[in-house]
Amino acid sequence: MMKMKQLGISIGLSAAVLSAPFASMASAADLSIEIENLTRSTFFTPLIVAAHPAGTSLFELGDAASSEIQAIAEGGDTSGAETLLTGIGATQDNNPAAGLLEAGASTTATLNTDGTSNVLLSVAGMILPTNDGFVALNAIEIPSEAGTYVYYAKAYDSGTEANDEIVGSGMPGQAGFPAPGPVAATLGSGGTGVAATAEGFVHIHRGVLGDTNATGGVSDIDSTLHRWLNPVAKITLTVN
Amino acid sequence: MNTKRLYKAVSVLGMGIALGACSSSNDPQVSGRDEIEFEITVTNLSAGQPMSPVVVALHQESYQAFQTGSAASVELEQLAEGGDNSALLTALGANNAVLDEEGGSGAIAPGGSEVFELSAAEGALGTLSLSMLSMLVNTNDAVVAVNNQSLASMAINETMNFYALSYDAGTEANIETADTIPGPAAAGGAREGFNAVRDDIRDEVSIHAGVITQADGLSSSVLTEVHRWDHPSVKVSVVRVH
Repeated sequence: MMKMKQLGISIGLSAAVLSAPFASMASAADLSIEIENLTRSTFFTPLIVAAHPAGTSLFELGDAASSEIQAIAEGGDTSGAETLLTGIGATQDNNPAAGLLEAGASTTATLNTDGTSNVLLSVAGMILPTNDGFVALNAIEIPSEAGTYVYYAKAYDSGTEANDEIVGSGMPGQAGFPAPGPVAATLGSGGTGVAATAEGFVHIHRGVLGDTNATGGVSDIDSTLHRWLNPVAKITLTVN
Repeated sequence: MNTKRLYKAVSVLGMGIALGACSSSNDPQVSGRDEIEFEITVTNLSAGQPMSPVVVALHQESYQAFQTGSAASVELEQLAEGGDNSALLTALGANNAVLDEEGGSGAIAPGGSEVFELSAAEGALGTLSLSMLSMLVNTNDAVVAVNNQSLASMAINETMNFYALSYDAGTEANIETADTIPGPAAAGGAREGFNAVRDDIRDEVSIHAGVITQADGLSSSVLTEVHRWDHPSVKVSVVRVH
């Protein structure tokens, strides 16, 4: 079981609160973070990899997602989250895979938190093909002792978009999911759409439904390819 | 030694008042430095599975509400098939290894939370364990549980997070019909809860494989794709507050 301090404040809250100085500075740490996509046939969009201060987190389970998490989950757009993280003094090495991280592939980010109070680690990226699914490690306490630590990350649903499973828009609030070339090559088309509504809160993703009809059916997702079970990523943190 | 229920479940907003009240209590069992106290927050992480009123318990590590690969007790069966926690709470109350137990005030909707305050004697800390059990109500007999997880040696203000697996009680066939599922997804059906007949393929508790639903081809199912879930379906966050 994972032990961590309680995190009360979501990153969606005011930067003024979040940037308040903390009494104890972290001991300097040189970190490498390897992220492996454990799924059979899904893609992770460009990943946020950030160390950030105590009392901050990307999201709270059961609460509505921030607009920054919504942008990641629906379209893989990390720009809003990057801006917020920069505003609270986070150390970031985003998009280590320089694009999509395909199934079975790994990528490594490096962070040096010298001179900062960034004691928590977060990773987040959209899972394709999904409407608003994302993989995340949310505000894990960075161990102070040198060593290698392994975390298994879960798939979340941001709750901001109906899971209709149809190729469409990556813009927040617009239906469907984006399908860049490598993803499109694995998808069907002509789905009529799964009947669904946005859930309204961040939760554990129930997985995609999909179907086996490449030119119709309810879903553009292939149930024989794109399903997963948790965990969906292995994240190996090395504290040097 | 079975402690009485010291605190009612309280809402997040009401917590300050509840804690204030307990520290000024005249009850010798409640006051004093010998009690350790925990704030336990249960959050439903599923999309479409309300949780039945939960059971939360602090106990010695010798107690276990169930074991995978073994038959469920009747009180667990009653919780798993009908969401009725009363027999399990009674059994916990009568068990000397159980230090404190609490029942939920109602169902917890997807995305919702309930906060509990439980306590134990400080001398129990070395072998202290947590259990939390609830039915996922839009199923035949799924129980989501934190099953005897150690809280031993937790420090004051320390937080531990537990992500709960869901289990199949193995006491009822998973036919997913409106007559056999008690939850709101079965509206219009008989929605039977507990039935003493054990007609699953194997009378043993196992990790739940999830529901099939109409969407995935089980024509008799009253469930839709939103009732599916993946593990973990519930988060239990424990803070030692005293």
